[in-house]
Amino acid sequence: MEDNKEKVGSDAILSLANNLRWDLGVNLHDTVIESIYEDASRIARKAVNKEGDPATYSLEQRIDQLVTSRWLGFPLMFLLLALVFWLTVAGANVPSGLLADLLVDTFHPMLKNAASSLGAPWWLSGVLIDGAYLSMAWVISVMLPPMAIFFPLFTLLEDLGYLPRVAFNMDSLFRKAGAHGKQALTLSMGFGCNAAGVIAARVIDSPRERLIAIITNNFSLCNGRWPTQILIASIFIGGAAPSYLAGVISAGAVVGIAVLGIGFSLAVSWGLSQTVLKGEASAFSLELPPYRPPRIWQALYTSLIDRTVFVLWRAVVFAIPAGIVIWVVANIEINSLSLAGHFIHWANPFALIFGLNGVILLAYIIAIPANEIVIPTVLMLTVVSAGMSGVGEGTGVMFELESVQDTAGILQAGGWTLLTGINLMLFSLLHNPCSTTIYTIYKETKSLKWTAVATFLPIVLGFAVCFFVTQFWRLLAG
Amino acid sequence: MNTSHNCENCPVHHREHLIRLGIAMDRVDYIVALAGNPNTGKSTVFNNLTGLRQHTGNWPGKTVARAEGGFSYREKRYKVVDLPGTYSLLSTSTDEEVARDFILFGRPDVTVIVVDATRLERNLNLTLQILEITDRAVLCLNLMDEARRHGMEIDARTLSRELGIPVIPAAARQKEGMDELIAAIEEVASGTFVCKPHRTTSRSAKINHAVQMLSDKLSRQFPGLPNLNWVALRLLEGDQSIIHALQSGELEKLGAPVEQP
Repeated sequence: MEDNKEKVGSDAILSLANNLRWDLGVNLHDTVIESIYEDASRIARKAVNKEGDPATYSLEQRIDQLVTSRWLGFPLMFLLLALVFWLTVAGANVPSGLLADLLVDTFHPMLKNAASSLGAPWWLSGVLIDGAYLSMAWVISVMLPPMAIFFPLFTLLEDLGYLPRVAFNMDSLFRKAGAHGKQALTLSMGFGCNAAGVIAARVIDSPRERLIAIITNNFSLCNGRWPTQILIASIFIGGAAPSYLAGVISAGAVVGIAVLGIGFSLAVSWGLSQTVLKGEASAFSLELPPYRPPRIWQALYTSLIDRTVFVLWRAVVFAIPAGIVIWVVANIEINSLSLAGHFIHWANPFALIFGLNGVILLAYIIAIPANEIVIPTVLMLTVVSAGMSGVGEGTGVMFELESVQDTAGILQAGGWTLLTGINLMLFSLLHNPCSTTIYTIYKETKSLKWTAVATFLPIVLGFAVCFFVTQFWRLLAG
Repeated sequence: MNTSHNCENCPVHHREHLIRLGIAMDRVDYIVALAGNPNTGKSTVFNNLTGLRQHTGNWPGKTVARAEGGFSYREKRYKVVDLPGTYSLLSTSTDEEVARDFILFGRPDVTVIVVDATRLERNLNLTLQILEITDRAVLCLNLMDEARRHGMEIDARTLSRELGIPVIPAAARQKEGMDELIAAIEEVASGTFVCKPHRTTSRSAKINHAVQMLSDKLSRQFPGLPNLNWVALRLLEGDQSIIHALQSGELEKLGAPVEQP
């Protein structure tokens, strides 16, 4: 009864409101806002004794005209992003090498010796030290330095106020693709790490556009995939070019893959917004904030704690079980052939249709925790499956080689061609996100369905692209 | 005149009373909401108050979920809730709804409105809208360093008189004005400073009459409901979320005494 009376009361109030609204006319909302604006401007006039000096504002305006100009905006943007990537790649080399020296070349043998002097059985030290420990060591030494450089640089650009200008520049492109302008930011963040890019999609309000940004983030070539791209490009594409052009051409190929990724990002966004995620691009107001000097220490602290350590921790958590799996498949033998060998033989005919091979497929399956360990895994599996001896660290142990020539030698002995190289580069761009990113997508969307879409859509695209490239290649070649 | 003696008596100079609690927020005495336009340094103020290090990016939507932290000052414990930065409380983005619902339904003891001193007029639009729905607020006139750099001068006293709430000039990045801000929060929370918030007078008689009729009815239906005129005006505008709150009975809870956490 009580409840019933309540409802009648609310309805009566609503109908009174409706009647009164009819009398007041349609402009009520505007009138209300106008009166607030009037008051605000009156109070501001009273309180401000002296207006600001226009000269300092006009400097900012001139900078803005430059960085958001029709002709210079995009080149400046690419130049800055290229600079950030270059600093990341170049700066990460030395610390990555030091970490690998320490964790892989020093601690790993020490642990092995300790294990054998304790009399641990071979399989136990294999699983724990060659498997779990080594994959964790690889992930840390390859992932930590570039992330520790990229994220602070990115945060500095953000603090400085440049990133909103990037969003401003890219807005129209993304709007044409039916996506949100702020997707430009998540896309750039994805070049550092897709998991971080997926989290960054929180800045997008509309759930539809946020999903698009999350699903397409994987098309940003992340830090973990740059080394693969650079290595394979210099072996196969640089190797096919005359030596004086090799550097430029292989660098161009890597940039080409990254730009192709942006293209896929836009195309898939468009496709999604035309089909399953239909809708208009929502308008948003973006205030270009004043340029402010970034606070270096704060940027360092927040980007290291919030992004780097967070992402690295998740990668390590996933890398340990994967390391165990990698060791097991390479060392457990059935009919005197390892599990890996069985899979590679079984998958080879299928993989060849796509211009790939069984090793690559297996590597992408078992190296799912981090793209960084794909190349070490590929090398290990190639050696295992081709039965080579005298290379690497022992059966089923991931390794990397000091020189590009040695790596090229192993891959070519494993039957790799220029076509395999190109397809690996394409597949490295277009395959499932790493498990860290998949887990993050699930955390952010809370939906198994969309997590599955984000995981499998790129693989399907990757196989399709590799298939067409391979068939065309074979048609032309022969 | 003994200035040093006076300073000692002033609550502002009792820094030792301030204990930053980070995320430890049990037994809270007062709830403080932080509202403001994007890019006003709201998150920096939040970090200064709580000792936390929330990431402070400078574009809208950075503070996605609301962030919470705490501090203790003169033996009272305050919970600070950092709301998403918004330009208004009128239209319907998620951010604006989160901010508005918290000020309306979360019933903070004090709402600190952080404004950009260099863009005062634009920021006052949001300030006036907030003052329509809450009686207890403090204005933090932030980025005074930038205003000075641009050669601007702002009379905080006039502003305070016009708005009817304490106005504290500050430069949060340099930690300027933070002690004064905390003292003002305490004064408003404890009721030492009684706010007389500015309410718009420049509306037509016809609107005022309709608002009056509707708020009479509302007050009979929901005795004790604060912000009657504001609710009435939103109903007249056909604001869907307020209509929904009325139908679902959420609005009624506003009239009930506040549950102490």
